[in-house]
Amino acid sequence: MKNTAVIFRKQLSDTLKNKTILIQFLMFPVLVIIMENLVRIEDMPEHFFVKLFAVMFVGMAPLTCMSAIISEEKEKNTLRVLMMSNVRPAEYLIGVGAYVFVMCSAGMAVFAAVGGYSGTGLVQFIAVMSAGIILSELTGAVIGVFSRNQMTATSVTVPVMMIFSFLPMLSMFNDTVRNAARITYSQQISDLINGIGTSGVTAESVIVIAVNAVIAAALFVIVYRRKGLE
Amino acid sequence: MAGSIKAEKIAKSFGNRAVLDGIDLDIQSGEIFGLLGPSGAGKTTLIRILTGQLRQDSGTALITGTDTRRLSGNDRRRFGITMDDFGVYERLSCYENLKIFAGIYGAGKREINEVLAKVGLTGAAKTSAGKLSKGMTGRLKLARAFMTDPDILFLDEPTSGLDPVSAAEIHKMILDEKKRGKTVFLTTHTMTEAEKLCGNIALLNEGRIVEYGRPEEICRRYDHQRRLKIHLKDGSDIEIPHTAGSAGTVAELIGSGKAETIHTTEPDLETVFMELTGKELSA
Repeated sequence: MKNTAVIFRKQLSDTLKNKTILIQFLMFPVLVIIMENLVRIEDMPEHFFVKLFAVMFVGMAPLTCMSAIISEEKEKNTLRVLMMSNVRPAEYLIGVGAYVFVMCSAGMAVFAAVGGYSGTGLVQFIAVMSAGIILSELTGAVIGVFSRNQMTATSVTVPVMMIFSFLPMLSMFNDTVRNAARITYSQQISDLINGIGTSGVTAESVIVIAVNAVIAAALFVIVYRRKGLE
Repeated sequence: MAGSIKAEKIAKSFGNRAVLDGIDLDIQSGEIFGLLGPSGAGKTTLIRILTGQLRQDSGTALITGTDTRRLSGNDRRRFGITMDDFGVYERLSCYENLKIFAGIYGAGKREINEVLAKVGLTGAAKTSAGKLSKGMTGRLKLARAFMTDPDILFLDEPTSGLDPVSAAEIHKMILDEKKRGKTVFLTTHTMTEAEKLCGNIALLNEGRIVEYGRPEEICRRYDHQRRLKIHLKDGSDIEIPHTAGSAGTVAELIGSGKAETIHTTEPDLETVFMELTGKELSA
């Protein structure tokens, strides 16, 4: 627990100095404030940009940050120093994961405020966003552990991140894309966010998210066993 | 027992390539031990085995009496390591870098400031590690190794690529640690560094120790390499083996008034290594 807190604080100290990570946390929350206040289109659904950007944020920020942080530490051999200093792999991963979750929660708070969620709707929004953030973190951790260096991590992260963050948006315009996207957790997160206050939680969403979580966890175990953290 | 390092018949291969083959070491507490060898000789692999980062295929390694395959968290606190490829957090300041490890080891501000002062980085405490010179980065890595005030320091090529002034500063820190009774395990391919710092050395070549002992003793064993260097008045130099038979040549050069100065040259570790392996130590 002590080492997890150390890793968490280390990441916090690095936040303002690491522009690559910082931009991931800030981009969509800032964009949603701007777009919701400046863009007015007739017949546009209420809080359209909140729902759109919240899903893109969930698919992009946690995934990119986890893979970037882990792969950078592997590339620069700072992770090996931590392991040599009695930090256990689980302590490290939980520390980084908790940091990314807290930072993304700050972004989530912006979306919730701009979207005007309250009461049960707010609870649902937080629950759905949290599930998405955790799943994206797990996917990012798989890529980070798999990659030897940042370049490899980026080349894997970008296509994966594009699938999870952009498919829900593209599926609004094309039924074929929508049918394909239904098997991804980010599409289900999008559906759940759009259904807050109306259709509620569907069994399909819960099952798809659970299956995605099991696959991501299994992949993590396989990659971790083969590659370790060094 | 505290501060001692022992290895018996350590062997390690990567695939079909034997990197270490039957390594025996017996390093006493408070000693500076130097492991010398060219790049690829197996020095870093041996350090990784001795510090529990890597498992040997066979043999036993003991550090302060504990098998390196069973090191606990407390055992690890008793040695500090700097490896050439160990990184620092470049965006964080020197102080913030050390704060991470202070947090892990349960140390506080006082200890951080002490190690910063010890390595001469107090003035650079707020400087980002990425903006430090190579010498200062080396000192920051040393500060990290000093954090737990360990009994043993493993220093893998600590002066590699440093200018002579920075290297001398690190040499002084190493000698200071010896004065405090600490054991230092040093790898280097610089013979002058080994001769200056180490009580005992081992010459490692292709995974095997080819010589072991005090530097001056090793050099004495190869006394047949001793030579006479004669500087002639015309500005040229000649070198001849220092044997009984060379007396005639010397007498002739002195008699004819050609010789200006005559020196004996002792074999150094580089020469010894060349004779043993046919390779240069600094290769």
